[in-house]
Amino acid sequence: MNETEIKTRVIAIIKSIAPEVEEGELRADRPLRDQIDLDSMDWLNVLVALHDKLHVDIPEADYGKLVTLDNLVGYLREKLAQRAA
Amino acid sequence: MIEFKLPSLGADMDRGKLLEWKVKPGEGVKRGQVVAVVDTSKAAVDVEIWQDGTMFEQLVPIGETVPVGTVIATLLQPGESSEQAASRKREAPAARPAPKPAAPAAAVAAPPPAPLAQRRPVSPAARRRAQELNIDIEKIAGTGPHGAVTVEDVEKGLARAAPAPMDRYAEMRKAIAAAMSRSKREIPHYYLSETIPMQRAAEWLARENEKRPVTERILMGAVQLKAVALALAKAPELNGFWLDGKFQAATGVHIGVAISIRQGGLIAPAIHDVDKKSLPELMRALSDLVSRARAGSLRSSEMSDPTITVTNLGEQGVEAVFGVIYPPQVALVGFGRLETRPWIESGALRAAPLVTASLSGDHRASDGIRGARFLAGLRERLQHPEEL
Repeated sequence: MNETEIKTRVIAIIKSIAPEVEEGELRADRPLRDQIDLDSMDWLNVLVALHDKLHVDIPEADYGKLVTLDNLVGYLREKLAQRAA
Repeated sequence: MIEFKLPSLGADMDRGKLLEWKVKPGEGVKRGQVVAVVDTSKAAVDVEIWQDGTMFEQLVPIGETVPVGTVIATLLQPGESSEQAASRKREAPAARPAPKPAAPAAAVAAPPPAPLAQRRPVSPAARRRAQELNIDIEKIAGTGPHGAVTVEDVEKGLARAAPAPMDRYAEMRKAIAAAMSRSKREIPHYYLSETIPMQRAAEWLARENEKRPVTERILMGAVQLKAVALALAKAPELNGFWLDGKFQAATGVHIGVAISIRQGGLIAPAIHDVDKKSLPELMRALSDLVSRARAGSLRSSEMSDPTITVTNLGEQGVEAVFGVIYPPQVALVGFGRLETRPWIESGALRAAPLVTASLSGDHRASDGIRGARFLAGLRERLQHPEEL
């Protein structure tokens, strides 16, 4: 899965949890939580959806690295590449 | 015969619109079963029944709005025959007594009764059409000669009677306004706050979650709820209701969880018996409740019986919250942001994760000293997360 595909999947997941999100207005290099109203329950639901759809389990210790959409997509790409290798 | 009444669905809900019957006449029901779906200003609510029986007669048609307390159906008791029920009904012809509004402070009045219609000409075609459409011809304004009701009037009347899409947000705002105004009018609030060191709880939870797959991870919110429930055991006068001029202690700890709705507004349905649930059970219940509250699908018991409310505004970045009690409850516990701040312990200054917990108490039901003991107990509970 390339970066664009991952990004599309991640945005679809975010929109399923925060339907008010306008894709065009989402800045991939800015903190997600500054742009979207995501509480800890919503964030956990994003992670559960990533687990279900992409089969990637993100440990709590890595939450701090996942501030922006770019961070999240990059992280997932790395995890998926590791698994493919 | 069992009279099934529309139950109270919280202080800010005094009527409901019947959306669906889940049980047909003649079908059996079990205690706890959902028998109807009712739309309130806040959500579509699954209404449960608390007796076994058999559905006999449904007295309220779909689409009709009725006040809380209205008999909406009758059911046969186990062993009772429909003949017995029918004869009893003949003896008491008022099968549907005028309901009393449950909340005296009801802000939203029932629609005024239609003025008594004088005898007017109604065309036979109009009468037939009204019968077909199952609408009351007496409620239709006539525009024909001498005020005669025409087919067209009947059809227009139907269009008016058709359920208008409810502006959920405006309705919810109105309901919140009514409940919160009543609270500030009737309840003499006192407010206390306490800074709670959270290092042990945070470290313990991080270790727990490391062992858990993402689908079973526990949020600090669930840990806080459990600590509140256990601390309430030593402060029973905070858990219950102020009714008929006196405090009535609740038998269980059913915590109303304040949940913000994405489109705006707020709802605080209950998680039942929080003190008896394990943390993983509580987390599942919380997650389920939040998703159903946001999808607008709650159960009547969740709406009607919270015994205390917990609100967490920490995620919105505030340090502390001093909430307004949801009547007829007598207390509300608030949590602010969990953050690292300076802390002195055993004479040494260090950085520690802290949270400010607050209590809004009803001074009619409890005094500040009891509230203070409750917050001290809550702090203590959070120092022993492994026991939660």
